[in-house]
Amino acid sequence: MTKGAPAQVNPRWRWLGILVPGLIIAPIGVGLGITLAPLFLTPKAFQALFAWPGLGPATWVSLWSGVLATSLSLAITLVLVAVGWGTRPFRLLTRFLSPLLSIPHAATALGLAFLVAPSGWVARLLSPWATGWTLPPDLMILNDPLAMTLTLGLVLKEIPFLLLMTLAALPQSDASRRLMVTQSLGAGRVQGFCVAVLPAIYRQIRLPVYAVLVYSMTTVDMAMILGPTRPPTLSVQIVVWTAQGTADHRLLATSAALWQLGVVVLALIGWHLAERAGGLWLKSHALRGVHRGTMARWAEGGLAGLASALGVALVAIMSLTFLGLALWSITGQWTFPAALPHSFSLRVWMSGAPSLAEHSAHTLILGLVSAGLSLAMAVIWLALGAGQGRHHRWVGPLIYIPLLVPQVAFLPGLQVFALGLGWAGNMALVTGVHVLFVFPYVFLSFSPSYLAWDDRIARVAASLGATPLRILLTLRLPMLLRPMLTAFAVGFAVSVAQYLPTLLMSGGRVETLTTEAVALSSGGNRRLIGAYALLQMGLPALAFGLALFIPALIFSNRKGMEERHA
Amino acid sequence: MPDPGFQTKDLRVWRRDSPQKLLVDLSLSVAPGEVLTIMGPSGSGKSTALSALIGSLPPDFAQSGDIVVNGQSVCDLPPHLRRIGLMFQDDILFPHLSVAENLGFALKSQRGDRKARAAKIEEALAAANLAGFGPRDPASLSGGQRSRVALMRSLLADPKVLLLDEPFSRLDAELRASVRGFVLEQAKIRAIPVVLVTHDAQDARAAGGPVVSPTGVPVAL
Repeated sequence: MTKGAPAQVNPRWRWLGILVPGLIIAPIGVGLGITLAPLFLTPKAFQALFAWPGLGPATWVSLWSGVLATSLSLAITLVLVAVGWGTRPFRLLTRFLSPLLSIPHAATALGLAFLVAPSGWVARLLSPWATGWTLPPDLMILNDPLAMTLTLGLVLKEIPFLLLMTLAALPQSDASRRLMVTQSLGAGRVQGFCVAVLPAIYRQIRLPVYAVLVYSMTTVDMAMILGPTRPPTLSVQIVVWTAQGTADHRLLATSAALWQLGVVVLALIGWHLAERAGGLWLKSHALRGVHRGTMARWAEGGLAGLASALGVALVAIMSLTFLGLALWSITGQWTFPAALPHSFSLRVWMSGAPSLAEHSAHTLILGLVSAGLSLAMAVIWLALGAGQGRHHRWVGPLIYIPLLVPQVAFLPGLQVFALGLGWAGNMALVTGVHVLFVFPYVFLSFSPSYLAWDDRIARVAASLGATPLRILLTLRLPMLLRPMLTAFAVGFAVSVAQYLPTLLMSGGRVETLTTEAVALSSGGNRRLIGAYALLQMGLPALAFGLALFIPALIFSNRKGMEERHA
Repeated sequence: MPDPGFQTKDLRVWRRDSPQKLLVDLSLSVAPGEVLTIMGPSGSGKSTALSALIGSLPPDFAQSGDIVVNGQSVCDLPPHLRRIGLMFQDDILFPHLSVAENLGFALKSQRGDRKARAAKIEEALAAANLAGFGPRDPASLSGGQRSRVALMRSLLADPKVLLLDEPFSRLDAELRASVRGFVLEQAKIRAIPVVLVTHDAQDARAAGGPVVSPTGVPVAL
C-alpha cells in the first residue's frame, strides 16, 4: 500500500513551519548570548571564579552525581526492559509510568528527604528497636557531601522517563522478532536483548539519555533539597550568585555558567565515547557467539531477580514518599522515634489555605496556559508537515535543544533581557518561558499518535469534498482527543514542576506551589512542606485523570474510539 | 456539452528514482453508469494508480498525462475538488460520528437547511435498507451494513466518478455478492462512471466491464 502524501499546505502558511521551532530556539540563543557575553568583555571574570575554593569540589560533585545518576537510571531501565518486557508484572509497572512521570522533581526530592533524613520515616521505623536511637542521629544522610541522596532522587525521577522513551522505541526496532531469533539460537533473554535489540533501541533513546545527563548535572531544585551544601553543586551556586544581584556576583555567576556549560559538553563527549566503546564491546561479544554455560544461566537468573526487586523498589519508594508527605500534612504531633503520628490535625491545611490557594491558582494558570499554547503549537507544526517527509530528520534534534542546554546557562541571560525590556515579573513572560520546556514534552507525547493516524480517512474525506482544514478540525483532531488530552496533561505536569524558570523570570514575584515548596524546604515546617508537595503531586494527577475520563465520557457510545487511538 | 464520463489520457506514473519503469500507464474511457476494472496482484501498481487518480501521490512519485472528469481536466486540482468518490476495502466510517453524522459529512453545509439535510440523510438510509439507523454507533453495524453506509456517504457528495479500492474483499462470499450488486446498481441509477480496483477475478467478472492491468494491458478473465 502506497502511503499518501502529507496534506497539502497552502504556501501562504509555510512560514509558520519555521516560526514554531524559532519560537523555541530564539529565546535560548538570546539567553545564552547574554549570559556569556560579558566574559568576552572582561576576561578577568574567570580569575574570580578560579579563586573560589569551592570550584573544584562543586564541579566534581555535579559531574559525579550527574554521570552516576544517568548511568544507574539507564542501567536499571535496560535491565527492567530486557527481563520484563512482555511479561505481566512489567505491564503492571508501565501503568504506573505516567503518574510516576508526572510527579514534580521537587516533590520527589521532598518526599525522599522525609524518608531518609536522620529523623525521617526509615529511621523511625527502625528505631529504637534496631538502631537504639531515641533521638535523631547526627548523620549527614541528607545533603551528604558525596551527593548520594541527590543521586538516588535523580534516579527515581529519571527511570520513569527513560522507561517511557524505551517503550516508545521498542515497536519501531522490531524487537520481538529479533529477540525470538536470538533465543532460537540459544541465547538467554538478557543476552539476546543486549546483542540484538539494544543497539537498535539505543540509537533512538540517545537524545533522551543526553537530556537526562544534562538535567542530572545541572538540576537546581533537587540539588537544593537533597544535594551537598558546602559547597553546593555548581548550578545551585550559580543561582545563589545570581540572586545576590551585585555586578561582581553576576559576573561570577556568568563565568560559572560558561564553566558549567564546558563541563556539560565534556561530559556529553565522554558519554558519547563510552557509547562507542560499549557498542564495540557488544559487537565483539556477539561475534564470539552465545554463552550457554551454567554461569550464563546463573547470570540470567540473577538479573531476573534483580529486575523484579528494582521494579518493586521503585514503586515502593515512590509510594512511601507520597504517603510520607500526605501523612506529615495532617500530622498533629509526631515525636521521634514513633513510627506513626500521635495525633492528626488539619491545622496546616486550614491556616495555610489562603496561600495554598493563591499558589495553586498561579500554578494552575501557568500550567493550563503553557500546556494549551504548547499543544496548539504542536498541532500547527505537525499539520504543516513536521516529522513527515524531507524535514523529518531535523525535528528530533530541534525538539531536544531546550532539554540539552542547561537551564542555568541561558535563563540568567534571558532574565537580564527581560529586565532590560521592563518585562520582569510579567505573568505572560513566565508563561512563555514555561512553554520552552513544556513544548518538547507535549510534542514528543502527541506526535506518534498524530503520525499514526489512518491516512485513508483523510483520503476518503477529501473525496467527499472536505478541505484539509476541515479534515484536521472535524476528523483528525477529534479522533485524536485522547492522545491530545494526554499530551496536555504531560505538558501541565511539566509546567507544574518548573522551578528555576518561574523563579528567575518572575523575579520572585510569581510564586507557585513548586517555588514555595523549594523555599520552604530549608526550614523545618514539615507539615506545610507536606501540604505543598502533596498539592504539587495532586494537580498533575488530576490532569491525567481528566485526560482519561473526558474522552471516555464523550465517546461512551463510540466503540471504535476505544484504545485503538490511545 | 463536453464528453460526459471519465477519461485518463496517457496517464503515466513512475518512481522518481527509476524513471524507466512505468508503474502506471493508462488511457481509459468510462461512460456514465459503466464499469471498468483495473486488476493486478498486490504490488502491481494498483494503489499507485488509485493515488494518482485521487491526487494524493506521494512526493517520490511523478506523473504525466491527463485525468478528465466530465470533460474537465482535474490534474491540477487538489483532492477535495476533483469530485472523485472513493471507497476502500475497509469501509472507512468516521468512528467518532454517528451513522447519520457520517452521511451528513458528505453534504455541503449550508446554514438554514437542516430539514433538507436530515431528509437527504433519511432518504440515503432508506435506499440502503437502513432506515432508523441514523443515531447508531458505526461500530455496532455489521460489515455489510457498514459498506452500504460508506457507499451512500460517497454518493451523497454527488461524485462525478466512483473509485472502488477492493471494496468487497473483506466481506464473506454471500454478503459480497449482495453488496457488490447494490453498489453497481446505485452507480447505474445515478449514471456515475465506476472504476473498480481489485486483485480478485470474481469481482472483475461480476462488474461486467472491460478489465485492464495498471499498465494498460487488457486482461482476459
